[in-house]
Amino acid sequence: MTVNDRAIYMDNSATTPLRKEVVEEMLPFMTGNFGNPSSIYEIGKISKHSIDEARRKVAYALGAEENEIYFTSGGTESDNWAIKGIAFANRNKGKHIITSSIEHHAVLHTCAWLEGQGFEVTYLPVDKYGMVSPEEVRKAIRDDTILISIMLANNEIGTIQPVEEIGKIAKENRIYFHTDAVQAIGHVPIDVKKMNIDLLSLSGHKFEGPKGCGALYVRKGVKIEPLLHGGAQEGRRRAGTENVPGIVGLGKAIELATAEIGELNRTLLELRERLIKGLLRIPKTHLNGHPKQRLANNVNITLEYIEGESLLLLLNAKGIFASTGSACNSTSLEPSHVLTACGVPHEIIHGSLRLSLGRMNSEKDVDRVLEVVPEIVQKLRNMSPLTPEEYRTT
Amino acid sequence: MEYSPKVMDHFSNPRNLGSIKNSDGVGEVGNAKCGDIMKIYLKVEDNRIADVKFQTFGCGAAIASSSMATELIKGKTLEEAWKLSNKAVTEALDGLPPIKMHCSMLAEEAIHEAINDYLRRKGLEPWTEDE
Ligand SMILES: Cc1ncc(COP(=O)(O)O)c(C=O)c1O
Ligand code: FES
Repeated sequence: MTVNDRAIYMDNSATTPLRKEVVEEMLPFMTGNFGNPSSIYEIGKISKHSIDEARRKVAYALGAEENEIYFTSGGTESDNWAIKGIAFANRNKGKHIITSSIEHHAVLHTCAWLEGQGFEVTYLPVDKYGMVSPEEVRKAIRDDTILISIMLANNEIGTIQPVEEIGKIAKENRIYFHTDAVQAIGHVPIDVKKMNIDLLSLSGHKFEGPKGCGALYVRKGVKIEPLLHGGAQEGRRRAGTENVPGIVGLGKAIELATAEIGELNRTLLELRERLIKGLLRIPKTHLNGHPKQRLANNVNITLEYIEGESLLLLLNAKGIFASTGSACNSTSLEPSHVLTACGVPHEIIHGSLRLSLGRMNSEKDVDRVLEVVPEIVQKLRNMSPLTPEEYRTT
Repeated sequence: MEYSPKVMDHFSNPRNLGSIKNSDGVGEVGNAKCGDIMKIYLKVEDNRIADVKFQTFGCGAAIASSSMATELIKGKTLEEAWKLSNKAVTEALDGLPPIKMHCSMLAEEAIHEAINDYLRRKGLEPWTEDE
């Protein structure tokens, strides 16, 4: 099945479609130019040069140097590598890591695993908007703190963290600072030098690039262990034959995303505000995340008295694709840890709905969603034993 | 989530949805696993379930199970209705994904609660699970 013309895809934080320009750039590296970048003959050299070209593009997008960019298999690997790599390379200095309670599981589960290896982790709380306080970061620092890892923008609620301030605090205290920028690329302008970022994770498929390809920025001079051992690729820091088509596609995607960041954000911001305003007209509906400090593509609301999976199924039947933080929609049957950390009660998290916008979405899509969601919500509220009489229609 | 066409049918067009004003028994149970709630209303005549309605706050599987369970007990004697198992409900729905099996428990428990509520109102001894 494909997303047909009538379907409305509003799950761009989960993944995005590849841009035509990106696919075109990738195709030759799957057929004619298939050479291994480590080989010395022509098609190998072309692969090598293309990887380096992509590396330049990523470096440019982040304000970094070329030799500070390492390609990986995606956001998950970048997060794992950054955190485990710093932890093991610096354990003679200390065993304490600071992170937040709303990080992606790629960070949280990595930290939990490190706890089993003798490291200690502080999970900072957030306010009701999902914001980490730089002051709390400062207070959590101990003599043996070796790493602070705070995401740039949250994948569920879109809250943008005060990363520059946190980076400054890390620098003052000579502690490495990692940020998971997977959701931020193409939406938040990044300058790793200005923001005092030592390590940064990104993932191609979140900005109209390919899946299974990402990168980790590691500032020159940072002491880090490799995660994958083997061949001498990526400056001996990340072994394995390079995903050449993926890397080439990621390079093209980040180049386009960075060049168009202002224009896209302006469009998305208008759509986002129209969507939020319209959705909040539904009674007993609340916005999750920060009203202003949020990604231009993120809308996350909770609709009281209803459950998210049934909401998604009914939206799907109308050709609208979205996501929820409901326990019933997760394989662990746990409600969203992000909304929980923001203090949203369990039964209200059930009725959470995330609509994440992308370049494909139009005002017409937003209006269609605003027409369909209230109907579906009413249908489910009429079914729910929790709905007070005044919010029922049957 | 992969649901059978039967589940999708009962989820999209639930049977016996709603409440009964002067019901003879009401059962409300919560799901310890994910926090969902189901409520069953019974109208009993001559020891038979003359009418049954439900309200559910839960996932697609929970709503479909409620709908199917109410269909299966309608017109049955209280004893027959008591014996309805979550297994019978899932089978009638052509199965549920393993992670969703607990959702069908909700229906069985809510029916038991509703029957016992009826019995208590009649001044009778409530039944126990092994009856
Ligand atoms: C904030 C964040 N970090 C990490 C990841 C993992 O990225 P990937 O899917 O490329 O492994 C995601 C995507 O799900 C994400 O949103
Ligand atoms: S009711 Fe929560 S998973 Fe079915």
